[in-house]
Amino acid sequence: MKKLNYPFTQEAIRELKVGDMVLISGKMFTGRDAVHKYLHDGNKPPVDLKNQMIYHCGPVMLQDPKTKKYKVVAAGPTTSIREEPYQWEVMRDYGIVGVIGKGGMGQKTLDGCKKYGCVYFHAIGGAAQVLAERITSVDNVYLMELGSPEAMWELQVVDFPCVVTMDSHGGSLHAEVLEKSKGKFAELIK
Amino acid sequence: MDNTPDQSLVESLLELIRVTSSTLPADVKKVIKEAHAREKEGTNAKYAMQIINENIALAEKNSGPICQDTGTIIFNVYHPPGFNQGKFSLAAKQAVMNATSKGYLRQNSVDSLTGKNSGNNVGPGHPSLHFHEHEGNSLEVRLMLKGGGCENMGAQYSLPHTELSADRDIVGVRKVILDAVVKAQGKGCGPGILGVAIGGDRGDGYIESKVQLLRKLDDKNPNPVLDELEKDIVVASNKLAIGPMGFGGETTLLGCKIGVLNRLPASYFVSVSYMCWAFRRQGVVLNGASKISKWLY
Repeated sequence: MKKLNYPFTQEAIRELKVGDMVLISGKMFTGRDAVHKYLHDGNKPPVDLKNQMIYHCGPVMLQDPKTKKYKVVAAGPTTSIREEPYQWEVMRDYGIVGVIGKGGMGQKTLDGCKKYGCVYFHAIGGAAQVLAERITSVDNVYLMELGSPEAMWELQVVDFPCVVTMDSHGGSLHAEVLEKSKGKFAELIK
Repeated sequence: MDNTPDQSLVESLLELIRVTSSTLPADVKKVIKEAHAREKEGTNAKYAMQIINENIALAEKNSGPICQDTGTIIFNVYHPPGFNQGKFSLAAKQAVMNATSKGYLRQNSVDSLTGKNSGNNVGPGHPSLHFHEHEGNSLEVRLMLKGGGCENMGAQYSLPHTELSADRDIVGVRKVILDAVVKAQGKGCGPGILGVAIGGDRGDGYIESKVQLLRKLDDKNPNPVLDELEKDIVVASNKLAIGPMGFGGETTLLGCKIGVLNRLPASYFVSVSYMCWAFRRQGVVLNGASKISKWLY
């Protein structure tokens, strides 16, 4: 088990390889479909994303009616492939070093990871309670006009568990598993 | 029509939603434990199954959503003749709104044209209500919360399928079901469970595929051909070695349930619904006072 702590650096990211099980501690920003579309449309991000991580997540949040503070009720990853058309641009234009999500991403993103120094961390899909427990505070929220699940939430995490499935050297576990399963499928339907 | 929902029914449905969102049924928990035991030590797959098991226990303890995508809220209601569906729908909508404000459900209902979130999970088509009249006096409500990630992995095939050389027979059906599993990879939060319908029109096929998911995982299909196919699909899918989360590994599918409908001579559809490991389904029998008298799973 490896540990990755904030502030994140290109050097630390380049050391990670496909299959590494990593515990991430520090800051991350949620961003899913609407945020990526918003950036792709030419809007500037509401925060500086240089050396930051984007988490593909639409959390369940509850706001305390008195203090107005938010509490995370559930916060697992959402399917990443929907951001495939946009993700590499966010790497290029804003310098993110990590993308956290589920299901993996495609060639454009893999090329972006290599070129701009970024890693795809696969969180465990559906594990909303385990992952919410590792989120120690909700520090801010941006773009709330996109709706709560689509807003950009600034989170503090401790020991957030992930597996590196796409690294910054061109390696993709998703591509490997897909190829093998296709080969097996061809045998099974013969 | 009287527009005040029956409060006792609202309370019972709220409890059904709370339990469905936070607690997996026993048959699902059992196969997930078995899948965890099957994975090899030190692998990404074992790690995924370990976190999945921790998450199941934690959600139950916290009474919180197992997954933040609390999904399409699908009610299947089995009622006696003369039942007032309108009154039930009113109570179901109220229960869904209450469950959303309590955090059992995420704000998950979006206007498809404007992108605006209704904020309370109610809107055209939401929640999804299906009524079935049955004999006898009992009222049974079965609820399934089906997340978007797995719903997006559903597939409908029209046979014959040229690329797969899948003909209009059981061998062809097997080919397209396995193709759906290969295409899903880990994107539907596997290990998954398939609900399949052979036949019907496009709409009925998908509905029947979801009704199949209401069956208990350890039941036996009364049709021997389908029973054999269900078992074969699970064994063959696991040979694909897609594994938990698509990390590679021993378990790709936890179960498969197949139903059959008649078709037109011109059509032969196979409709596949993929359900994630966080298979949230529960059901209750309600008594005359709309109180829960029995849990069904």
